[in-house]
Amino acid sequence: MRDQNRMPIMEALQEVRSSRVLPFDVPGHKQGKGNRELTEFLGEQCLSVDVNSMKPLDNLCHPTSVIREAEILAAEAFRAHQAFFMVGGTTSSVQSMVFAACKEGEKIILPRNVHRSAINALIIGGAVPVYVNPQVDDRLGIALGMDPVELEQVIRQNPDAKAILVNNPTYYGICSDLKRIVALAHEQDMLVLVDEAHGTHFYFSDELPLAAMDGGADMAAVSMHKSGGSLTQSSFLLTGERVNADYVRQIINLSQTTSGSYLLMASLDIARKNMAIHGKEIFREVIALAQYARREINAISGYYAYAKELINGGSVFDFDITKLSVNTLDTGLAGIEVYDILRDEYGIQIEFGDLGNILAYLSVGDREPDVERLVTALADLQRRYKKERTGLLDHEYISPVVAAGPKQAFFGKKQSLPIEETEGRICSEFVMLYPPGIPILAPGERITREILDYIRYAREKGCLVTGPEDMGISRLNVLV
Amino acid sequence: MELWFTESHTKGGRFSIQVDRHLFSGNSEHQRIDVFESETYGRFLALDGRMRLTERDEFIYHEMLVHVPMAVHPKPEKVLVIGAGDGGALRELAKYEEIKEMDLVEIDQMVVDVCREYLPGTASGLEDPRLKITCQNGLKAIRGMEGEYDVILIDSTDPFGPGEGLFTKEFYGSCYNALREGGIMVNQHESPFYEEDSRMIQTAHKRILEIFPEVKLYQAHIPTYPSGYWLFGFASKGLHPVDDLRDQAWQEKGIQTRYYNTRLHRGAFALPNYVEELLKDVE
Repeated sequence: MRDQNRMPIMEALQEVRSSRVLPFDVPGHKQGKGNRELTEFLGEQCLSVDVNSMKPLDNLCHPTSVIREAEILAAEAFRAHQAFFMVGGTTSSVQSMVFAACKEGEKIILPRNVHRSAINALIIGGAVPVYVNPQVDDRLGIALGMDPVELEQVIRQNPDAKAILVNNPTYYGICSDLKRIVALAHEQDMLVLVDEAHGTHFYFSDELPLAAMDGGADMAAVSMHKSGGSLTQSSFLLTGERVNADYVRQIINLSQTTSGSYLLMASLDIARKNMAIHGKEIFREVIALAQYARREINAISGYYAYAKELINGGSVFDFDITKLSVNTLDTGLAGIEVYDILRDEYGIQIEFGDLGNILAYLSVGDREPDVERLVTALADLQRRYKKERTGLLDHEYISPVVAAGPKQAFFGKKQSLPIEETEGRICSEFVMLYPPGIPILAPGERITREILDYIRYAREKGCLVTGPEDMGISRLNVLV
Repeated sequence: MELWFTESHTKGGRFSIQVDRHLFSGNSEHQRIDVFESETYGRFLALDGRMRLTERDEFIYHEMLVHVPMAVHPKPEKVLVIGAGDGGALRELAKYEEIKEMDLVEIDQMVVDVCREYLPGTASGLEDPRLKITCQNGLKAIRGMEGEYDVILIDSTDPFGPGEGLFTKEFYGSCYNALREGGIMVNQHESPFYEEDSRMIQTAHKRILEIFPEVKLYQAHIPTYPSGYWLFGFASKGLHPVDDLRDQAWQEKGIQTRYYNTRLHRGAFALPNYVEELLKDVE
């Protein structure tokens, strides 16, 4: 085990900064001197290390020195075979996993509630989705995890699939039985890819659900910038022993920038060190704060802050107790309404609100008085705005009917129709509800009455609907 | 030797007190606490480097915080004070025989302990037998309460640091809920003079207006606070701070004060034009 206190990229940047080498290379702001306003806004310290790849700083596309060392340290910290520094967000990590596992026309098994980035990977790479129907918790209106029983059946029906993608944990904190899923997949020689965007902290606590690499997964996309504390858009892609890491690097290099930001890379390096050294105590505090907030919120009528009691051995195998997910339906308010009121009236920004739930993101940066504010605001809001529980949908999940491959549908010959006339047609674009960024329609799927009603309803409730070419969402593109 | 305590009152404006001795310095879980001895202002307490009270002028602040609502409310039997660990507000409240119960919620036990040791003039208020002291976050203490109190006094620090939560809508909403019918809430409302503080006054005023049917601001002259000019907020479930003032009843109680009287009470609600305009912007 190497010394996790080391931060090779940061150390190299400090060297470069103090060496005062005369820069006749990009970036053109020349360590900030060429853009005074930017330097004043972000700070000289920051601009002076926004530099290009150079001899002492290694090269992200072909790392052999400091980036390589940092990768090895990260791999050890995450108990992975190999770790890649990613600067295109966890979106790029998820897509690289999919491209590395499935070629055009090959099948990939995935739950419907995957992130948009995964389905985008299918449009670009041409893999064909086989969806595992996630069960829905009727009371909460959320999609749950991947039930191994359900998965087993899908694997039996699609023995030719190359990989299984699992999102673990979900945005709401629901975890699947990774060990079972890995066992089922490996029996059929399928790879297991884990979208672990919301689970970075699993690697640094023994009070939390199993992390992907510990569960034997073959690849994992880890959003270090979420719970790990690095800069937005920085991420890790982890691989296990069964995967050819050099091939994965080639895949990453197909689309990743050749001017990788050293600000992002250094932030990953520093955040990795912090997690490896202090993660355990940090997340012990976050867990305590989340548990406290849950108790207090559950004492207010109308809210249900859920956690481990949801565990059922199948679709909910475990729960990430750092997540503060709260169902709001018994207050008579949609989650998105609570989200809006908190921001507009109480000056509190939470992570998201969907039809029935809100998620407040707790992290290393939170303190108890902040949590007291959030809880008190929820109490006050409930007193002032509560309504009868009526007219709220019980179901959030609509099972998709895949009628064509996403790539074929997206790039195929299409026509634009008023949305109300599209029933029964095959959609050639995405319709996303944001938050939480899970598609209600993906390219290649049949449009049903239920889906159209749901879109209208979600819009009335204030959800942002995005994806279609027509940004007003009055028309949809369908296959001719 | 010249030793000075200096506090920035605004960007480019400072206030200094010559210090004779530094009596106490300590860090609690919430803030840094200091007590100094000075010739001009007596002993004074600073929290996170911000002057909180001096022995010399604290009477003005505490009398105005307490006697204004107490002279309006017809039957104040149960009173809550939030954030007054120095005891000054309680010392004034203790002068009312009709009060049956007083609750003090102070987030920082160390403030209470330090004041008991070094500031006996205000901390004497902490020893009244009707008083119950709870060391807890103010928001937490009242968020579930319904109709408990006749008067709530918010004796907060500035709206950053540990006092931040006491300037929020969720807090004012909880106070409303914790008040009985006819209840009154009074809060220290900062100074309107410097621009950076005046914005906070507008925000707090707007939040209180959204919750309480009757909201008026009043003023006092407090030499050691930024600009020397300070506002208080009077918010009630219906009582008007001037029309419902019970002059005679208050005078008959024979309460001794050095700053407050009922004539000044009326005048305190007559605000300067620039303050009225500031408030009108959000009303």
